[in-house]
Amino acid sequence: MSRRASYQGVVAVAPVTIPYERYSIRSAHWWIGSAIRELARTAGIGPRDIDGLCVSSFTLGPDTAVGLTQHLGLSPRWLDHIPMGGATGVVALRRAARAVQAGDAEIVACVAGDTNNPDSFRRMVAGFSRFAADATYPYGAAGPNGSFALLTDAYMRAYGATREDFGRICIAQRANALSNPHALMKRPLTMADYLAARMISDPVALFDCVMPCAGADAYLVMREETARAMSLPAVTIQGTIERHNAFPEDPIQLRGGWALDRDDLYAMAGTTPDRIDVVETYDDYPVIVMMQFEDLGFCAKGEGPDFVRAHDLTIAGDFPHNTSGGQLSVGQAGAAGGYLGLVEAIRQLTGAAGGTQVANARTALVAGFGMINYDRGLCSAAAILGAA
Amino acid sequence: MSSLAAFAADLMTGKIKVIDLTQTLSPEFPTIALPPVFGQCAPFRMEEISRYDDRGPAWYWNNFSCGEHTGTHFDAPIHWVSGKDLPNNTTDTIDAQNFIAPACVIDCSVQSAANPDFILTVDVIKAWEAENGRIPAGNWVFLRTDWSKRSGADYANVKEDGAHTPGPDPEAVQFLVEQRDVIGFGVETIGTDAGQAHAFTPPYPAHFFMHGKGRFGLQCMTNLDRLPPKGALIVSAPLKIQGGSGSPLRVLALVG
Amino acid sequence: MSGTLPPRKPSDPLAVPAAPLAPPAGRSRAALGLAAAAARGRFALQCCGGCGAAQYPPRDLCHRCLGPDLVWRDVANGGTVLAMTTTRISADPYFRQHTPWRSGLVQLDCGPSAVAHLHRDVAGGERVRMRLHLDKSGQGVMLALPAVDTPDMDADPMLRQMTCDPRGRRVLVTDGRTAFGRAMAQTMLDAGAAQVFCGIADAWKPGPTPPGEAVDLDLTDTASVRRLAAEFGGRIDIVIDTALHIRPGGLLERGDIVRAREEMELAFFGPLRLAQALGPVLRGRAGDGTHAACAWVNILSIAALAPMPGYTTNAAAQAAALSLSTGLRAELRPLKVVTALVGPLDDAWHQAVPPPKVAPAQLAAAVLRALKGGREEIVVGDIAQDVMNRWIDNPATLARDLASG
Repeated sequence: MSRRASYQGVVAVAPVTIPYERYSIRSAHWWIGSAIRELARTAGIGPRDIDGLCVSSFTLGPDTAVGLTQHLGLSPRWLDHIPMGGATGVVALRRAARAVQAGDAEIVACVAGDTNNPDSFRRMVAGFSRFAADATYPYGAAGPNGSFALLTDAYMRAYGATREDFGRICIAQRANALSNPHALMKRPLTMADYLAARMISDPVALFDCVMPCAGADAYLVMREETARAMSLPAVTIQGTIERHNAFPEDPIQLRGGWALDRDDLYAMAGTTPDRIDVVETYDDYPVIVMMQFEDLGFCAKGEGPDFVRAHDLTIAGDFPHNTSGGQLSVGQAGAAGGYLGLVEAIRQLTGAAGGTQVANARTALVAGFGMINYDRGLCSAAAILGAA
Repeated sequence: MSSLAAFAADLMTGKIKVIDLTQTLSPEFPTIALPPVFGQCAPFRMEEISRYDDRGPAWYWNNFSCGEHTGTHFDAPIHWVSGKDLPNNTTDTIDAQNFIAPACVIDCSVQSAANPDFILTVDVIKAWEAENGRIPAGNWVFLRTDWSKRSGADYANVKEDGAHTPGPDPEAVQFLVEQRDVIGFGVETIGTDAGQAHAFTPPYPAHFFMHGKGRFGLQCMTNLDRLPPKGALIVSAPLKIQGGSGSPLRVLALVG
Repeated sequence: MSGTLPPRKPSDPLAVPAAPLAPPAGRSRAALGLAAAAARGRFALQCCGGCGAAQYPPRDLCHRCLGPDLVWRDVANGGTVLAMTTTRISADPYFRQHTPWRSGLVQLDCGPSAVAHLHRDVAGGERVRMRLHLDKSGQGVMLALPAVDTPDMDADPMLRQMTCDPRGRRVLVTDGRTAFGRAMAQTMLDAGAAQVFCGIADAWKPGPTPPGEAVDLDLTDTASVRRLAAEFGGRIDIVIDTALHIRPGGLLERGDIVRAREEMELAFFGPLRLAQALGPVLRGRAGDGTHAACAWVNILSIAALAPMPGYTTNAAAQAAALSLSTGLRAELRPLKVVTALVGPLDDAWHQAVPPPKVAPAQLAAAVLRALKGGREEIVVGDIAQDVMNRWIDNPATLARDLASG
């Protein structure tokens, strides 16, 4: 593999969240546009100063990023639309950073947003992908709950994980969420609560599932000197990876694409797992969190259960993880779920995380995972960010 | 007052009564069952066109289909091979004067009840004449069997060797045509011939001799028990089907 | 986990009946091959004509070599359960009627992994037998069954959704007069049907007494069909139209349309009347638990595919009937419409036809197998199978093939 160019000189700034709502009568256009307005306000620029735009959304249809430019009155000279679900936050960063680096754009707005009404999730799941319509949805129409139930069942069989192990992840995140005013889940969660919750799709129970909601998250990518000129606190991009349809021969997914690319990630960033201060994984179900701990090198394959038993995953713990509360406690605002960890990491490294701030956070790892096209998630991505 | 005016007046006052000799046309009414290798007479069928609905909001009507020999029906001479070359032998060419004529009713209901294969013979006819006088020329002769009081399987009375219903023998038919010059022969059963008449010589003599001499047949009638032995006036006009061999019709008897 | 089939419960007259729902039906065109295989009772997957790889879910090119030459081929039906789940909360109204619903991911012996409906006796981690079945939407779906038969395994509620087992159900056989109709009725009774009604046309004609309960039914008489529907429509779960009316005769030699019209009356208008009168009632009761109305069987001649010499107008009527049956299938969901294409019958109208011919018990047994297997397309008899094979081989030459004797 040829040596990859670094992202030196490019930064991510201005993390923005439009507070999530369980259900919304607004459109995705409204949520995304609101996030762009907030980006401009935060940066002290006009919307038309944004000359690069990268959009992710499940509910923008029939429009894409293209229609959105006219809808919002933007004239970007660089435009991207990333349909990678939970991997969009990191992948958008990769794309935008290279555009800025090459001079194709000065200021790129990376935005993900979705609306949610009482039937939109069902419709999204029913028409999610061709393989899903052909070969999973007609088998109980359980959507991602059913797919992750199978992955969870297989993982438990393979590595002896228990429901308590998954519960530790969910409970720690709930504890974190209590410090995040934007989190939709506001009540503490005990292990007893977790274990007593009703089964949704065995062995996945209520608190293993994210709650779909409406919302938007966004950030800006620009040159370091631009950020300095605007007095915007910035984070550096030390290394990134992405991979799609990794390990296609695996009969069932017990590992993600991170396992294929993590050496590249740490080599590019010049760091190691033990030197990461904050970890933001993609967490629509706890089983995939456990896989990320393994595949990103925090523990060996199959040691995820031991890892969560041995570590405190709360903000003040020895392994601060999903400090905002993650999707499991904040809510999953569609494609914005793929941005949640990234905007939280920028906040952590710029000291802007408020109640969820981890002391002395200098390096953060953000991972993304997306698109259960059929029986497994196809997109994996990760980035290591540093305090400027 | 002309005799027609007197007749009309008697009708109005009810001095002359109208008796309906017609069976209701319905899908279930049996039709003649020929061996399966032959073509079959279609039973009565009805399909609704509209009934005050989206197919016709203010009106109700049906299409119907059936054979010429379905239900209470009229046999024209052309129906049988023996009458095929006669003049005016079809439903549309028969002189309308023939459609109103008096009837003699020979009551064989007791014998038919005892024996479904009862055969009307010349002797039976002569015995009737001994009591009621000679059958006048130009009359219908109706064979009363009370068969119309039966229904379904009892009415068709089909066994493994064919139908078992009353009818005339060849000599009786020849006698009525040649000696008494009747206009036609009418019955309550599905055919003017007996159920087992295929075994006669010639087979189906009522059809063979009646139609061979240009006479008519009436089948599947009812209410013959309400007619006097003599003197009822029969109105039996078939549909004017071009080249038709017969037709379902309404048969009325006027009784004074 | 096995249990026996629960007895039919008298319906609660005040309860709102279960709606006749169907599972999600949307499929890609490639995936329709699963339904085609399931309808015929085959376990077939897309295989690459180039590299030989079997693949699932169905695709438009080979996932291994991108080859375009994909053919549906019977593959080994063994598999191993890798993971399983029980769905308790479903987004879909049909599955909400049927939760808890079990599914799993199965590693197929032929290569790919497949999400499958799990039989209740599949505990997990074990070997399974895979089958393709038509679900209530008429789409082909994967089923994982125990590797060896378990006690009363047909009573599994999931399997009952995929099959049309007459056991415990009430069956109408349209013509109880023919030997074929009587054998059909007797076979359904022997298979545990709760009740069998046998239609009798022209009850005034003498004829043998059919098994079960004789009812007046003349498919050529709209009024008769409507009376039957009014009286028994709410009590019929399976319709088997056995009124096969086959008479020899070429198109030219007959010289009239009277007999052709009779053929159309029984082959086309008869089933049309029956479908119009009974179809909506049965469809309305198709969600009615383990004994729901579930199937409509049309017995047709294989001549529906192409005329056999000496039976020309009959073949035309059968072709019309086949088209009707296919159209009915789309309109009658979630019921299954089974089309049985049969070879020459062993009856008085085929005396001049040399054997092999289809016997009454043979046809009845084939229909029973189709119902129990949830199949929608069956071919009965060696002649019919031969014609079908020729048709599959090349539909364009079949008619010429048959015409030349």
